[in-house]
Amino acid sequence: MKESTIMKIHYGTALASVGLVAVHILMRLTTGFSDSLSYENVLANYQSIPYVIMLELILILLAVHGFNGLRVILLELKQGRVYEKAVSYGVVIGMIALIGYGSRTIIMTNMGMV
Amino acid sequence: MAQVSSVADEQPPNPLSTTKSILLRISRFNPEFDDSNKFMEFTVSYEKWTTVLEAILDVKKHHDHSVAVRYSCRQATCGSCGMLINGKPRLACFTKISELDSNVVTVEPMNNFPVIRDLAVKFERLFDTHQKIKPYLINDDSELDSELDSNKKEFLQTPKEVENFIQFANCIKCGLCNSACPTMATDSSFVGPQALAQAYRYVADSRDKGKDTRLNIIDESHGIWRCHFAGSCSQVCPKGVDPAMGIQFLRGYLLGFRS
Repeated sequence: MKESTIMKIHYGTALASVGLVAVHILMRLTTGFSDSLSYENVLANYQSIPYVIMLELILILLAVHGFNGLRVILLELKQGRVYEKAVSYGVVIGMIALIGYGSRTIIMTNMGMV
Repeated sequence: MAQVSSVADEQPPNPLSTTKSILLRISRFNPEFDDSNKFMEFTVSYEKWTTVLEAILDVKKHHDHSVAVRYSCRQATCGSCGMLINGKPRLACFTKISELDSNVVTVEPMNNFPVIRDLAVKFERLFDTHQKIKPYLINDDSELDSELDSNKKEFLQTPKEVENFIQFANCIKCGLCNSACPTMATDSSFVGPQALAQAYRYVADSRDKGKDTRLNIIDESHGIWRCHFAGSCSQVCPKGVDPAMGIQFLRGYLLGFRS
């Protein structure tokens, strides 16, 4: 993938994350902040499909943005063909693993398995 | 009867000597023999107009001829005498000692360049990246032929078209921008602000048709996207070029904001 395409995704995910995380924080304010973090309320949030979709989107956006940021930092720290390939594949694997684990948590909670 | 003053009367009296002296600290390092650099100190007298290069040459003439320094034009045109002067990348021939407001002047080789000896550094990386972005007008032959067939000997430009790139054409390849760049310090493959500014110089030139070629060259993992807009390149340029601005304009092309 061209670097400009990757960076467009990087900037896009940053902007979208800011929007969705803002919505996420605003929804915490609909009830008292401490109430919103109670165990039952947190579980109840996962029963709402639109909210679950938003959480899944935040997870994907932040994982893509964060791991690409990590790739950029690592590429600037050290150079070399093997190292750069390892970094590129490593962050993609890390990104998929994080999204997979986070999605598993979201789905299991939504299905009442927690 | 009116007094007529002589020409001699009109001339100012001989000024008192304004000669002062500073401590000039010169970094000495020979990679073949030394593990690290050390500083040699010389007391050098200077006038209001004395440049750092002149002070260094004075040291070479009167104290230690073995000090290695690269210079040529002495008028900020050739870009040979870039060095760190009191910690900031500057041209030695373009920096007056009196402007530094310091009794101690420390000169070191530029950062981000391998040292040949003392103040002289290798420019291979700068020239390689400069060549990489194809620093010349690219035109397809058919266009050139048609221009010549129609008896046009020149590619005329409007003042507005010239204004788009002219400041970037002032680059003298002195390397001060690359020396000041924080990304150059860590990323040995980074193309650098000098080459990126030159890429913009040709991309913005209405006579040039190589925009896509150049954008492809800089659109790679150690290309334009590794610039974090510290802006230090623009701060140190002795010719008033603003590489940081050129880099942002180039990003505009790649992000689709400019065409």
